[in-house]
Amino acid sequence: MTIKGRARVFGDDINTDYIITSRRKRESLDPQYLRAYLFEELDPNFAATIQPGDLIVAGKNFGCGSAMEVAVTAVRGAGIEAILARTFSRTYYRNAVNNGLYPLICDTSLIHEGDRIFITQDITQDGGLLIANETTGEIVRGEPIPSTLLPILTAGGLVPHFRLKLTRR
Amino acid sequence: MRVRPALPSLNVPDQTISEKILSAKSAENTRAGDVVTCKIAVAMGTDGCIPMAIDYFEAMGGEQVFAPEKIFFALDHYAPAPSQKTAELHRRIRDFAARQGVRVWEIGDGIGNRLMVESGRVLPGALAVGADSHAVTYGALNAFATGIGSSDLAAAMITGEIWLRVPESIKIALNGELAPGVFAKDVALALARQLRADGANYQALEFCGPGIASFEIDDRLVLANLSVEMGAKNGIFPADEKTFAYLGKKFEPVEPDANAIYAREISLDLARIEPQIALPHKVDQVVDVAEAAGTPVQSGLSRDLYWRPRSRFPPGSRHSQVRRRTRARRTTRHHAASRSVLETLTADGTLTDFIQMGAVIVTPGGGSCCGACGEIPGDGVNVISTANRNFKGRMGNSSASIYLASPASCAAAAVTGKIADPRAL
Repeated sequence: MTIKGRARVFGDDINTDYIITSRRKRESLDPQYLRAYLFEELDPNFAATIQPGDLIVAGKNFGCGSAMEVAVTAVRGAGIEAILARTFSRTYYRNAVNNGLYPLICDTSLIHEGDRIFITQDITQDGGLLIANETTGEIVRGEPIPSTLLPILTAGGLVPHFRLKLTRR
Repeated sequence: MRVRPALPSLNVPDQTISEKILSAKSAENTRAGDVVTCKIAVAMGTDGCIPMAIDYFEAMGGEQVFAPEKIFFALDHYAPAPSQKTAELHRRIRDFAARQGVRVWEIGDGIGNRLMVESGRVLPGALAVGADSHAVTYGALNAFATGIGSSDLAAAMITGEIWLRVPESIKIALNGELAPGVFAKDVALALARQLRADGANYQALEFCGPGIASFEIDDRLVLANLSVEMGAKNGIFPADEKTFAYLGKKFEPVEPDANAIYAREISLDLARIEPQIALPHKVDQVVDVAEAAGTPVQSGLSRDLYWRPRSRFPPGSRHSQVRRRTRARRTTRHHAASRSVLETLTADGTLTDFIQMGAVIVTPGGGSCCGACGEIPGDGVNVISTANRNFKGRMGNSSASIYLASPASCAAAAVTGKIADPRAL
């Protein structure tokens, strides 16, 4: 696994309503529609600046609040492959894994807006993550992705994983 | 984190309630940290999550749900449907449910999570999941109940199973009795104040202690409901006579072992808890109501107040006494949590009181709490609500501010037009 991109930095306790408001999802569930309104409660101009390959970087408890899955699919729909946070809310974490969006746990305090981030797995040790900040030269270690979840993520989410399991039966 | 003994204890039972239930449902002897696949007793979805769940269900190759009688759909977020698009979502849900034989709780029946509790299908020891973060509410009935997303609901509808990481538990001991004018919501907010928004992340809140005996099931629902606002995977109560009376039958309760291992223990002296209020825009930004007293609510622009008692007010109860002494001269919005709550409020005269006080009675459901339907507050408006989230923009306008408090504190604000200590009324 290798992921690289530009850091887009948020703070602590970013709830799912801040990621995408409940009122938008009643207009459409299409990620390509919703992506235009990502994080609008925090900054109405933010969504227009997202580029495919951007990474979301946050503090603790990312994705708290409602379990609504559009808060994951809209992020994925914007071309974002991974979210780095100190901790995730459990419903967001599950939904992310189920949609092939990598929820990566690490110390994010040294990452700044716009930093170039390069993420690999440390296969020499515990499979933990190596998060290299190419802008500052700092490297931090992240928690390994639990082995039970890796197959879902590498399959691209629960749907392909599930279909794969069904055909194997 | 759970502290494991240096050597595994030999046949000394040491499980929490959550560990016991997940052991039973996975047929494995589990401990916190284990990842297990469990059989579910029931699953609930709301109109906020089901349309996506149907998409996932079909994409996964799902044909039949594993057991239609174990699945419940609730049309409670868009109740009534505020737009053509949401009406279409409802049509899709009804069509799918009719094909699959799944029960649909219709517009006006109430909040799905409340209806699950009322249904009698969530019993002590059960594992229940809901595609709604507040599915944790059913933990009040000694069940393991947790919130999931649409994709997990789809997989659960196909297989009848879900994988779960067995949570560590935080033991919350409730001691003593609440002072007059203080309610379960104040206890829940006091807990959020102490644990903060992520203080129980991935963990279970296991309530215990002699203080529980004085809590009605409706009070326990309030505490279990708010456990997710502290990040908890589930909030769970023991079962007692009140549980059995509510369910109309005695069941085998699930109790923790005497040597159960907890991540931490918090003891609350109920008598010392003051009325609490969560300030905008965080559920864990909690102060004593007295500290926020005087803040105008819905100042100037409109005279509306949101008053959403989630629980019934039994005649003669403390709620009822507060209510009868209040004669609000301004409009409130009142959502009963369900049709049966509305029936109770009608039968005992409460609804007449509310209407005479100028309350607007709104369709039972949860939509206005998250701006999904119903009235959107105006710019700069302060809303006081008995709901469970006050994020910026939560009710549909990011220029409004939401305060969360007990029904009594909301009543006090309705009477005075500002945040006020209900005990002063």
